[in-house]
Amino acid sequence: MYGEFPLEGQGQVDSLLDPAGSMKPATANRLAIVLFSGTMDKLLSASIMATGAAAMGMDVEIFLTNWGALAFRKDDYKTNKRVSADFADYQSVLMEQMAAKHVTSWMENLEGAKEIGNVHIAACSHTMTLFDLRLDDLEPIVDEVTGVAAFVERARDSAMTLYI
Amino acid sequence: MTTTYWVDKFVDAKGQTCPMPVLMLAKAFKELAPGQILAISATDPGSKADVSAWAEKTGNTLLELVEEAGVFTFYLKKA
Repeated sequence: MYGEFPLEGQGQVDSLLDPAGSMKPATANRLAIVLFSGTMDKLLSASIMATGAAAMGMDVEIFLTNWGALAFRKDDYKTNKRVSADFADYQSVLMEQMAAKHVTSWMENLEGAKEIGNVHIAACSHTMTLFDLRLDDLEPIVDEVTGVAAFVERARDSAMTLYI
Repeated sequence: MTTTYWVDKFVDAKGQTCPMPVLMLAKAFKELAPGQILAISATDPGSKADVSAWAEKTGNTLLELVEEAGVFTFYLKKA
């Protein structure tokens, strides 16, 4: 019975509230990113956000799920030229301009972010199972395979959480 | 520019797009000792706001920003 859930969960909901009744403020100087997309344009955006946050002294927690996890398969990034379907007509322009303007790749950005800051990258175990992948099949920049609960726990008090 | 700085390290980020200027800056700053001065040149239009925000957030001092022919040169002192 759906109607029973709010009552059953009442205790847990209350524990998230401070005495004044407002939500607990985010306290950790951390950016959490759910990286769902595997197209190069969105990977680039996510990597730039992560690098910027790391440079600004924030911890970064990235959770790779679905296409985001597939994009981290070994060597895949070297040939991944996919862009979001809505902007498929920009694909060649984007590749051309990135080359002309010597834009660093999303993988280089993430490597740089790891060098300067505390950046943790975890791949979603559900996706790994779906596609028969093991941690060894992914780029070494990925730290571990975890479930969603571990990510939620790390994102809970993050100052920012993005879904890309 | 009227002030002369003894620069301990120079970082050339000209032609680098966001986020490279702040990445290069943060990386280079890790190797500096407190009180040392770093100069970084960048052409990315976002670097003007980015480097200022970075200095403020990290507690380092932006001594001066010189803008010349589309090149921003920042002089920063490590706290």
